Amino acid sequence: MKYDVRQLPLLSNEEIAQGIFDMRLRYEQDDLPVSCGQFAHVYVPGKTLRRPISVCDASDGVLRLVYQVKGEGTRLMSQMKGGSVDVLVPLGNGFDIQKGRRYCLIGGGIGVPPMLYTAKQCDDPLIITGFRNKSLVILQDDLRSQGETLLCTDDGTAGRQGFVTDLLRERINEVDEVCACGPTPMLKAVAAVCKESGKPCRVSLEERMGCGVGACLVCAVKVRKNGEEIMQHVCKDGPVFNAEEVVF
Amino acid sequence: MADLSVSVAGVRFENPLIAASGTFGFGREYGEFYPLGTLGGISCKGITLHRRDGNPPPRIAETPSGILNAVGLQNPGVDVFIREDLPWLKQQNTVVIANIAGNTVEEYCQMAEKLSDTDVDMIELNISCPNVKSGGVQFGTSCESVGNITSQVRAHCKKPLIVKLSPNVTDIASIAQAAEASGADAVSMINTLTGMRIDIRTRRPIIRNNTGGLSGAAVFPVAVRMVWQVANAVKIPIIGMGGITTWEDAVEMLMAGATALQIGTVLFSDPYAPVKINEGLNRFLDENGIKSVTELTGTVKPW
Repeated sequence: MKYDVRQLPLLSNEEIAQGIFDMRLRYEQDDLPVSCGQFAHVYVPGKTLRRPISVCDASDGVLRLVYQVKGEGTRLMSQMKGGSVDVLVPLGNGFDIQKGRRYCLIGGGIGVPPMLYTAKQCDDPLIITGFRNKSLVILQDDLRSQGETLLCTDDGTAGRQGFVTDLLRERINEVDEVCACGPTPMLKAVAAVCKESGKPCRVSLEERMGCGVGACLVCAVKVRKNGEEIMQHVCKDGPVFNAEEVVF
Repeated sequence: MADLSVSVAGVRFENPLIAASGTFGFGREYGEFYPLGTLGGISCKGITLHRRDGNPPPRIAETPSGILNAVGLQNPGVDVFIREDLPWLKQQNTVVIANIAGNTVEEYCQMAEKLSDTDVDMIELNISCPNVKSGGVQFGTSCESVGNITSQVRAHCKKPLIVKLSPNVTDIASIAQAAEASGADAVSMINTLTGMRIDIRTRRPIIRNNTGGLSGAAVFPVAVRMVWQVANAVKIPIIGMGGITTWEDAVEMLMAGATALQIGTVLFSDPYAPVKINEGLNRFLDENGIKSVTELTGTVKPW
């Protein structure tokens, strides 16, 4: 059996920036290895749907999920204390990181967390992070321990003022491939910069999700394969897609 | 160990739980959680004559104790289903029900004909999908149209025929009677109730299709009421569904008049729900000295 629901002991669940929480669960990697860019489908008692959260880190027996409170489900999730959490993990296809290539990892806002575990798989990655403003900046120390980390904000209250694509344009010649996660307009802009420079680009997408395993077909994304537009699904075919194939 | 097996239109199910169409794909994904023989049957994702890409996303929104969805019948088409999915499904030791939807009566008939020559166990006529522009529920909301499509498909269908009813009607009992009189072997009910949610910040409906079908625990009492009303109006068996979440719900639905059950939305919170519901059902039967689950059907004692 490929899938299983796990009851993972909740170690901590703390607010690390405005409305952004860091949930840590006890998790044995050897038991069920997680690849970077995969996600966990978290059961929230009282809710009909699980919440899909990208894996921020899975090291030293701890599964780390960094998430933003967006609605009632994530609000309830942020109030979880002690006990265990019912999690369906690992799900989806993550980033394919290969030795001997230099990667630029780009995270925008709540798209930054999966880049930490991804950075851990890379040799000397260049990491670019962007946020709306200072109050939303997260994970800078964690990321800096994995490679050169650049920071920008829309309003200039932390790091450089501007967008991740401004920084990417300046440094894209130093890398072989780009991996990105963040809001769709950002991903679209990153994909365009990569295309101009002829660099491969992988993007991690988000869509309102149901089952999490590819059965209910709600988290649809339009992709172009062999010249034909088809619907694929974030949970099973993604969340990571080849940017060139995504019909943004 | 009580006997959980049931029979609908001459087809034997090992237990009364059937995966509801649209929540279970063609079974492959949930087959990665447990053997599909755990379920009495699988009602496959609704199929159409030709491939459909479905509606643009978002296709789902959570609601109090439920969800709205508007997938719009995304599927690879009946021929691909027959060629690539059915042979695999038939090896899973569970009853395979093909759920079919069309834009025209002719399309339904064509599909019924194609499927009649396969190993599919039963055909479920989907005339209650609220999320497609043409076809779907338009066939399921009047006695005349239900009678017409049922008798026409019946003439082309060699398999036991289930008609899946929409709750978005004024009198579901008369619709069920029309299906029965036109040759349906069973009815399954209820499909989703049409609903809508709006994001108050953007003033946009959350679902791109604007409206969607409501399912989950929220609709359960409506489903129980409708199953009870239809059980009092027809002689053919009823496959009851709509928000079944626990084994107690399953017992309740059977008591209302269902012979078998479909479960769907609960799978999204708990993929193992069918296993738990069967265990609970079995325990309830044993504790009450009931030898067969069939003894529960229609045993509600109305005031």
